[in-house]
Amino acid sequence: MSALLSVQGLRVGFGRDPQRSEVVKGVSFDLGAGQTLGIVGESGSGKSVTALSINRLVDFGGGRITGGSIVLERSDGTPLDVTKADESSLIHVRGRDIGMIFQEPMTSLNPVHTIGAQIEEAFRLNRGLSGRAATLAARDALDRVRIPDAAQRLGYFPHQLSGGMRQRVMIAMVIASNPRLLIADEPTTALDVTVQAQVMALLAELKREMGMAMIFISHDIGLVAGIADEIMVMQSGQAVEQGRLNDVLDRPQHEYTRHLLEAVPHFNGGRATRSDGKRTEAATPVVAVDDLVVRFPIARGLFRTGAGSVHAVDGVEFDLLPGETLGIVGESGSGKSTAARAVLGLVKATRGRIDIAAGRSRRPVQMVFQDPFSSLNPRLDVESLLAEPAIANGQRVDEKLRQRMMFLLGRVGLPDDALRRYPHQFSGGQRQRLCIARALMLNPDVVVLDEAVSALDVSVQARVLDLLIDLQHEFGLAYLFISHDMAVVERIAHRIAVMYAGQIVEIGDAAAVLSSPQHSYTRRLIAAVPAIERRQARFTIDATQVPSLVRPAGFEPAPPQWREAGADHRVRVEANP
Amino acid sequence: MRILGAIARHPSGRIGAAIIAVYLLAAVLGAFGITPHDPLQQFRIDRLHAPSTTYWMGTDLLGRDATSRLMRGIGQSFVIAFASVAIATAAGTVIGLLAAWWGNLWDGILMRVMDVLLAFPAILLALLIIAIVGPGTFTSVAAIGIVYTPIFARVVRGPALSLKQRDFVDAARTFGSSQTFILTRHLLLNLVAPLTVQVTLALAWALLTEAGLSFLGLGTQPPSPSLGLMLSESRNLMERAPWLMLFPALVIMLGILGFNLTGDALRDILDPRTQGRAA
Repeated sequence: MSALLSVQGLRVGFGRDPQRSEVVKGVSFDLGAGQTLGIVGESGSGKSVTALSINRLVDFGGGRITGGSIVLERSDGTPLDVTKADESSLIHVRGRDIGMIFQEPMTSLNPVHTIGAQIEEAFRLNRGLSGRAATLAARDALDRVRIPDAAQRLGYFPHQLSGGMRQRVMIAMVIASNPRLLIADEPTTALDVTVQAQVMALLAELKREMGMAMIFISHDIGLVAGIADEIMVMQSGQAVEQGRLNDVLDRPQHEYTRHLLEAVPHFNGGRATRSDGKRTEAATPVVAVDDLVVRFPIARGLFRTGAGSVHAVDGVEFDLLPGETLGIVGESGSGKSTAARAVLGLVKATRGRIDIAAGRSRRPVQMVFQDPFSSLNPRLDVESLLAEPAIANGQRVDEKLRQRMMFLLGRVGLPDDALRRYPHQFSGGQRQRLCIARALMLNPDVVVLDEAVSALDVSVQARVLDLLIDLQHEFGLAYLFISHDMAVVERIAHRIAVMYAGQIVEIGDAAAVLSSPQHSYTRRLIAAVPAIERRQARFTIDATQVPSLVRPAGFEPAPPQWREAGADHRVRVEANP
Repeated sequence: MRILGAIARHPSGRIGAAIIAVYLLAAVLGAFGITPHDPLQQFRIDRLHAPSTTYWMGTDLLGRDATSRLMRGIGQSFVIAFASVAIATAAGTVIGLLAAWWGNLWDGILMRVMDVLLAFPAILLALLIIAIVGPGTFTSVAAIGIVYTPIFARVVRGPALSLKQRDFVDAARTFGSSQTFILTRHLLLNLVAPLTVQVTLALAWALLTEAGLSFLGLGTQPPSPSLGLMLSESRNLMERAPWLMLFPALVIMLGILGFNLTGDALRDILDPRTQGRAA
């Protein structure tokens, strides 16, 4: 088997002096036709830059290849050194020889053209089709990526499609050019777990059918395990370990690979849940939510008359005991964040009761947000940031308050000199620690963590989770932990509520829910989680769409029917199971 | 003081600050009458005298020394420009912030009023105001201020709307921070960059509008000199005495350049993100 792509000693640098600011420091690998290489690493490891160098897109990002060679065997069998090729020959390489899928499908599609026009363009440029032939080919391509009603969807604009569908459109465009190598740069990171499973299944199928070689980049080693033949682990610009998939996963040689495999939360099907803090029924809940309904009216027309509403949260009820973690899992649009925001009073509940027990301070519920870059005002230093909750509650900034800041900074593992620094001087993980310290300033009883570790690198995630568990013990906190990531929830939650389309479909003890899921959606969700143990399993393509939450005015859902599936494990009865 | 030091270290800030310092000096000297000649005295023999050692920038049709008139005029023009931009910044920022914060109905009302103001050509609106109140320095300041208010309101409203959606504003709500606190610490503080840029641009426009008003005889009243007035008087003599146009034009141009360079420097200095990342 001759190598389709051979990368030797690749070095890439950025900026005015690319030799000195290298982000890829001598990476070598070979890729045979039809093979899949998985590149795993955390942000800043150089995995994306390596991939972008292969089709020289890195040039447009300000990068320079400072050393090494990338030899691509072209379709006529002649080798081409991409590092020395000029732009005019690269244009033919991109698309025809090397296709690419990016992380964010919304920004990689042009919002002002229909998806049909964009797929047709790919066919025109790469296959020389035009007119009706191109339209037909585009429809076939959409069929191929399992988009229902393909003929009709050709006239849709990107914003009319869901994230998963957009990513499938991107894949359809790749099919159009029928490349021999596909680079997929975190293609499912922005997608929900079940949608991720759909896209992964699609990629695997296309790979088999079209004999494409693929470079699959991800931070999630479990995800890569499901598709790759070979794996390369990158850290700080170097390939620290590479080899056959099974060798690397089962017998990791490098310390960092072992760290990735062990420290990173992997989903264990309910076997890795916490054993501390068993629920005692005697305790009074700190937060009790009953029949919570949040609806957003949809205004249409000149007079803004209600044309129905989005039922974001529909009849949710749960309670949270002191010192307990309730994990709320669900996919985007399931209403989990809206429910949490309603508990904090950030969105107004349309109906229902939210009882919060009087706590140690005037504001017993505090929140940590998903994006640590957006939740800290970039113009304030840490002292001002931490002082804000205190000022808002009538405290003065004095030595005592500063003592508390230092104490909390120490507890979340930040250095003492942090007070004088600004948010941009911290890494993502450190910023999230800052947000946690800020939430603790008022000594709350409940902390709402809305996807609090989702934006962090996998190994940082593990450390922040450990910190959260320590803090929970030390301060007796109750957590409302919202996440889409089953592996993370498994690590931290005592109880789990699964939300789907604005409703809780299953709630109960974490181990029980994860090990014997009763509701069909919970099962689907758990089946979609990539796991190293299940790497050989082949997912079937399932194109189920999340139902629309837009209801006509006056619509009321039927009252929920529950059945008990064990001690502390309730499941919503499905209409047609 | 810290900011002055930082401007001095900033490459373009240094140039801009130097220009502004020279202008300030000229304006102060002009205001106290320390000029080569009396700006109003007419040297009849030396009418339209080309630049020389006696008359550094020549003389005008009435034999008045252009250098002295420029020094006096800089003060006049810059006072009007600064005062009117200060009014526009204050009013526009408040209107834009409140429109973004209250949203819905208030946003609609405030911004439509701003749109109406914006729909008039700047000079026409200023003319209208002056026609109602009568010419004079204060009227010019007020008129130019009103003319540029909608621009500030627009510049503030856009980013304020997006800042309002940021998580740190929601976070502030969960602590129970007051509206005033959120508006000033979280919104206004983050608007410093677009505002500084806008202020430096508006200063330049205000200078030009003042020149335009004076040109039409509604701004600074003769015989007091202002940059715009001098420019307008030189119009008919452009071929015979090009220096009369050249020097006021150069002064306006360099002044605007000075503001813009200083503005760029300020924007960089006031942003904590440019103070170097810690490893």
